[in-house]
Amino acid sequence: SKTKKGITDKVDILIKSYQKIDEELFEELEEILITADIGVNTTMEVIDELRDAVKVQKITQPEKIKELLQEKLTTTLNELSSSDLNTESSPSIILVVGVNGVGKTTSIGKIAYKLKGQGKKVLLAAGDTFRAAAIDQLKIWGDRVGVDVIKHQEGSDPAAVIYDAIQAAKARKMDVLICDTAGRLHNKKNLMNELGKVFKVVEREFPQAVKEVLLVLDATTGQNAIQQAKTFKEVANISGLVLTKLDGTAKGGIVIAISKELNIPVKLIGVGEKMEDLQEFNASVFVKALFGEE
Amino acid sequence: MVFEGLAEKLQNTLKKLKGKGKLTEKDVSEAMREVKLALLEADVNFKVVKDFVKKVKERAVGVDVLESLTPGQQVVKIVNEELTSLMGETQSKLTFASKPPTIIMLVGLQGAGKTTTSGKLAGLLKKQGKRPLLIAGDIYRPAAIKQLQVVGNQVDVPVFTMGDKLSPVDIAKAGVEHGISHGNDIIIIDTAGRLHINEELMEELQSVKAIVKPHEILLVIDSMTGQDAVNVAEEFNGKLGIDGVILTKLDGDTRGGAALSVRTVTHKPIKFVGLGEKLEDLEPFYPDRMASRILGMGDVLSLIEKA
Ligand SMILES: Nc1nc2c(ncn2[C@@H]2O[C@H](COP(=O)(O)OP(=O)(O)OP(=O)(O)O)[C@@H](O)[C@H]2O)c(=O)[nH]1
Ligand SMILES: Nc1nc2c(ncn2[C@@H]2O[C@H](COP(=O)(O)OP(=O)(O)OP(=O)(O)O)[C@@H](O)[C@H]2O)c(=O)[nH]1
Ligand SMILES: [Mg+2]
Ligand SMILES: [Mg+2]
Repeated sequence: SKTKKGITDKVDILIKSYQKIDEELFEELEEILITADIGVNTTMEVIDELRDAVKVQKITQPEKIKELLQEKLTTTLNELSSSDLNTESSPSIILVVGVNGVGKTTSIGKIAYKLKGQGKKVLLAAGDTFRAAAIDQLKIWGDRVGVDVIKHQEGSDPAAVIYDAIQAAKARKMDVLICDTAGRLHNKKNLMNELGKVFKVVEREFPQAVKEVLLVLDATTGQNAIQQAKTFKEVANISGLVLTKLDGTAKGGIVIAISKELNIPVKLIGVGEKMEDLQEFNASVFVKALFGEE
Repeated sequence: MVFEGLAEKLQNTLKKLKGKGKLTEKDVSEAMREVKLALLEADVNFKVVKDFVKKVKERAVGVDVLESLTPGQQVVKIVNEELTSLMGETQSKLTFASKPPTIIMLVGLQGAGKTTTSGKLAGLLKKQGKRPLLIAGDIYRPAAIKQLQVVGNQVDVPVFTMGDKLSPVDIAKAGVEHGISHGNDIIIIDTAGRLHINEELMEELQSVKAIVKPHEILLVIDSMTGQDAVNVAEEFNGKLGIDGVILTKLDGDTRGGAALSVRTVTHKPIKFVGLGEKLEDLEPFYPDRMASRILGMGDVLSLIEKA
């Protein structure tokens, strides 16, 4: 990302080449936003609002546009005012869901590390009983962080693992139980139903726990992320997003569209493969990064 | 979604009469606006869309509208033909070494599907009567080796590992020697996921390449990838000189515009697609199917094709 020109550079170059604000300038801005994966629809909306603002505020200088655009996007994300993980009261349970390979298991390792650092007693549940060596992967994370992992055999019923983990969390008076789940594409009905079963177990067995359901999204993902968020929200009460792989060159602009449409806050971001590579989401920092102003 | 409506929008924007003379500049421009939006919504990279639209425009203006088609359908027909030809007209197969073993190396971003695809490929080739060996070259990801072992076991293909303490270069070298001495005619190297901008890890792949000289370096790309697909493909291809692409997770509902982006910037064929988590879920790539998927109008196209 260091070698790549951020949006701002492009906007600057662009704006310098314009003497006045005209349609062509708006079109070029559109293109820049689309390249950040913000999506055609959201981009159009944002640009239309920008157009109106230019008219109402009688803006004539192209330079002002950039400021306004950045403001717009920050406001969109800020309306949700990124909230912290809901783990203040004990016991609490975090369920981590998402499509294949986005970074669920890794994020769980990072979250466990973070919470343990806050002095909390953390337990992990190996709810991915499907993917090859998924249980071993979580176990290694557990060992790294120094927390226990409740697991069954590969191929066993995920709901049964979660059931056992809840009993263990109660018996051992854990503060936070974090449950891994298998990656599943949102268009697979049977796998989404399986997730529904897991939620039922949680509702029934752990009503006293504060619930946090995190949907993990890969920043490299394009427009499909909207569909992912929509469908997962239908089966689960998604309380926050984790946006991973922001250490690459992808900007993750899709969360702007998701915020606009679905009102789910981004809570955490992943910026690498190590335990410490997890950060709290901050709207203005995110938009600045989107504009190449890290 | 913009997609669902592309065909209808074109019908509405353009004249509804069938077989009306030649496509005018105005017809084409109006149609291409919609096509552009549809491609962008399908995650085709912006620059790729721009070039594509320009090219199609040039070709379409002045074309006779077939008797059975409306101008809108005629444009769609041309767009689809161009898209298909861009994807690579025919199915592209693996290249086998004239003197076995054929060495295949899978590379790509984190979580793209390399390990799973290694297993799928090994299973497929085994079914074709080959004797594959898998090499566990990911020493970084927790349980990556175990994952490959499980996968190898499922397709009944041996897995060569040396743990996670040696460098991937040494492991690959030893693995290939092992394969040669054991009569394996296919050697598939699984590598760790890495970012295209991670210089150290990209150099590591270059070193593996230099030492084992793979016949096929395949870039594994998640079909849900957005605008960034061009950066990823450009970097991997520029640094390694890839031979082909495998597109994974096409069993989802993404339009898969990344396929067009990757194809355009690398000019390398897409050889296989992943269609599920199970190890038999690997299929050859069909350029025409991908084209209509990206355009999101399979039904319309099959109608037009009859014309
Ligand atoms: N660069 C980078 N890589 C990440 C990040 N988060 C996860 N990864 C990598 O992405 C790959 C997939 O991560 P996992 O945690 O296994 O993903 P998952 O969602 O659990 O995958 P499945 O369980 O197979 O669906 C691994 O190689 C991780 O190291 C991140 O923030 N940045
Ligand atoms: N639905 C679906 N899932 C797939 C496909 N290919 C791989 N996956 C899943 O995607 C996830 C990641 O696959 P891996 O094979 O571990 O990916 P990788 O590229 O080896 O990941 P790293 O080694 O961490 O970089 C796993 O959950 C796989 O089951 C596919 O074609 N369809
Ligand atoms: Mg996982
Ligand atoms: Mg792997």
